[in-house]
Amino acid sequence: MAFDYEKWIRPGKLPHIWCPGCGHGIIMKGMIRAMESLKLKKENTVIVSGIGCASRLPGYIDCCTLHTAHGRAAAFATGVKLAKPEMDVIIVGGDGDGTAIGGNHFIHACRRNINLTYIIMNNNIYGMTGGQFSPCTPTGALASTTPYGNPDPGFDVAKLAIGAGATFVARGTSFHANQIDKLIAEAIQHKGFSVVEILDDCPTTYGRRNKFKSVIEMMNRLKDIAVPVKAAEKMTAEQLKGKVLTGVLYKDDTKPEYTVEYDKVIERAKAAK
Amino acid sequence: MEKKLPKIEISEKLCKGCHICVEFCPKDVLEMKGFYASVKNLEACISCMQCELRCPDFAIKVITE
Repeated sequence: MAFDYEKWIRPGKLPHIWCPGCGHGIIMKGMIRAMESLKLKKENTVIVSGIGCASRLPGYIDCCTLHTAHGRAAAFATGVKLAKPEMDVIIVGGDGDGTAIGGNHFIHACRRNINLTYIIMNNNIYGMTGGQFSPCTPTGALASTTPYGNPDPGFDVAKLAIGAGATFVARGTSFHANQIDKLIAEAIQHKGFSVVEILDDCPTTYGRRNKFKSVIEMMNRLKDIAVPVKAAEKMTAEQLKGKVLTGVLYKDDTKPEYTVEYDKVIERAKAAK
Repeated sequence: MEKKLPKIEISEKLCKGCHICVEFCPKDVLEMKGFYASVKNLEACISCMQCELRCPDFAIKVITE
């Protein structure tokens, strides 16, 4: 049976603003399926975003949403979670919003291990503002601000999140649409800061400039470079060159969660009076 | 036993003509008709839902019984 996405979409908001073939729509569908599978309540779910193409997502979803300042989604979400720890707070954003402008907020949210879910839609570029290179643009790739090739090495968002202290890190791609909802559902259920990086395609500002002939070619590239974590265990370093691991990359249930720890601080402060 | 065919609804209001559904359909059921995707050969459809799953624009619904 067809999945009822309309239940989660604000009436009259579609069609969305994303370009033809943009993977953000696929990820939004995955998110909706994840929220539906966990039976989340609209009035108890908050979606927070910053600025960018990906950050337009909360505008379409019919639950509590917050569209905030560029890169500050994690900071606003931390505030929401501390005020209302019973709510499920999901942050969405792009790679530029999350790792460049919001890089500091991102790593510190990871460090605190607050019970939030951060979905980073990594399309390797600043799509909305005209295709400037982002920290996730691969070395040598062309962007409007690197017309002779990007000299910078890109960030590995998953490794960054693990290093900064996130306790659940997963990676998917917009090609593996079936996997997206499962990863997001697992991330929402995890008690602690969870990061789901989803490799995405930007056909308009990244694809065209980097000689991808079509959306399909970009999708097939994602298919080719993705290697599931379990399959990667049997592969040699040579075989893994140029590939990215997908699936649940890291999970740690032992680290204390921030809102619980903060409640203890409140108790101690009250006792000290 | 007769095979039950699904109903594939494609919204022209939502379709942006990205070709994803046409390309990833394993049975070549869909085609591009002008700007929009449309059903070419419903008989071949196996209700795998790949088109519905992958459509970034919420434009396709595969209705099975």
